[in-house]
Amino acid sequence: MTDVAHPLPARGEGVSADARTGRWRAYALVAPALIVIALFFVLPLILSAVLAFRNKGGDFTFEHFAKAWDLYRTDLLFTIGIVLLATILIGLVSIAIAGYLTLGENPRAVAILRWLYRWPLFIPFIVTGQIMRTFLAKNGMLNHVLIGSGLIEPLAAQSLLDWRGIVVAFVWKQAPFVTLLLAGAMASLESQHIEAARNLGARRFRVLIDIVLPQVRGTLLVGLVLSFVTMLSVLSVPMMINPNSPTMITVDVAYRISTLSDYAVANALCLMSLIVAAGGAWFYLQHSKAQLQ
Amino acid sequence: MNSVRWPNLLGPAIVLGLVAFVIFGPLANLFLWAFAEKWYFPNKIPQEFGFSFWGRVFSPRGGALTSLGLSIWIAILTVIVSLAVAIPAGYALARLKLRWRGLILLAFLLPQAVPNLPVYVNIARVFYELGLNGTILGVVLVHASHGLVLAVWIASAAFASIDVSLEEASRNMGASPWTCFRTVTLPLAAPGLIASAIFVFLESLDEFTGTYFVGVPDVTTLPLLMFNASMGGNYQIASITALLLLIPSIAFMLVVERFLKADVLAGVGR
Repeated sequence: MTDVAHPLPARGEGVSADARTGRWRAYALVAPALIVIALFFVLPLILSAVLAFRNKGGDFTFEHFAKAWDLYRTDLLFTIGIVLLATILIGLVSIAIAGYLTLGENPRAVAILRWLYRWPLFIPFIVTGQIMRTFLAKNGMLNHVLIGSGLIEPLAAQSLLDWRGIVVAFVWKQAPFVTLLLAGAMASLESQHIEAARNLGARRFRVLIDIVLPQVRGTLLVGLVLSFVTMLSVLSVPMMINPNSPTMITVDVAYRISTLSDYAVANALCLMSLIVAAGGAWFYLQHSKAQLQ
Repeated sequence: MNSVRWPNLLGPAIVLGLVAFVIFGPLANLFLWAFAEKWYFPNKIPQEFGFSFWGRVFSPRGGALTSLGLSIWIAILTVIVSLAVAIPAGYALARLKLRWRGLILLAFLLPQAVPNLPVYVNIARVFYELGLNGTILGVVLVHASHGLVLAVWIASAAFASIDVSLEEASRNMGASPWTCFRTVTLPLAAPGLIASAIFVFLESLDEFTGTYFVGVPDVTTLPLLMFNASMGGNYQIASITALLLLIPSIAFMLVVERFLKADVLAGVGR
């Protein structure tokens, strides 16, 4: 793209001083933002690695990782399990909702659903934590409604404030986001494919699975991987719903720092979650590459 | 089209009812707690309703007004810092020749793709050494560094969507680059820039994890206040502050509803 004020020199003239100043000016405009990224993201990540691998004497060691694994092995597996389960559920829910928005035949129902599903998008994680803390408790609205409609006995009411509550909160908050991406991708598909299949007598569910879904696979992957990485890093939800073991390692990191000032083990835990996130990214690259082939 | 008979309506109606319960049930629960005086199990709704907790929340000792003011002030500063850095960067990425443009854009994607926890934790550590822990400046810097990422992407898109010929016309009429930017580019990009400002503002207002590590103990934003109240078992105060936090977000949602066209977002990820 040519800069308006500094057109490219004609062939054979070489780079004029004008073009050079133009380029420097462009870099100067981007520099502050890049410096912020370097200082506030790259540097802390490097520091994290340094603190996780360095012992008191200043030598390279794995002892912090060993200690972290020793103390928090359950929580680490628990975190991976919860976030994976939540991601899968988010995928299913968003496919269902986006699918209905695209293929639904009752226009009023589609319009209502479209208005309904977006609400959790604008509710921050911290408020979601508080909302679920009251909703899913033993005396929360969920239990009241279940008891009131006769679905369970009053004595059988249980508090969902454990791993199930965390999964519910994650799905509640993130599914609308992935649904939004999916619905957008589905809306931009060519309707001829869908119409052709329907004309041949295919049921809507078939059309969704065989025709719509393969074409929006890329967007679905992006949404799910972004959600996966986001959920790995959330502190508010597990702290408010289930801070006792087994819990997510974000809570353990917070405890390690605020109570024990143990930055070494805390950073070891952080790096472990980074590796898990990298696993998610690797999964995405593998599958998006397969799609290109 | 066939006439819709009522059995055909029953299925969607039930499903929609369930969806509405799933989405609004938790919110309704919040409302009930915000206006409850006393609520013990097994009562379905509070025994007593009242506003006394609102009084407590907004009293000088309650601290909610201070926290609210602090949160808003920090959010405003965050927007200023983020935009001050993001607008030049967005303009350069959209309009000017940059040899490593792809790499630079990738660098701005990095913070969204990486778990935030190690970043926050170690920033807090560094700030502690520098004496920035527990200060407004420290919290603003943390919020701004995250808001920046979103702001650069939106600003870049906003500038790229302006017709180049309009800028060329103004330059042809003799305007200097700065005048052209000030009178042509900036006003045309204003809607996109305002949208990014609002996003950054909301993200700063609702930010919890970073403030938890960097703001403690002196900077208590509204999310932190809500968190402390909730962990202390005081659900009324927690619910009231949660409602306060929700108001700007929901207001923004209702206003921007018309702009969130689904097919616009189809381009995300490409």
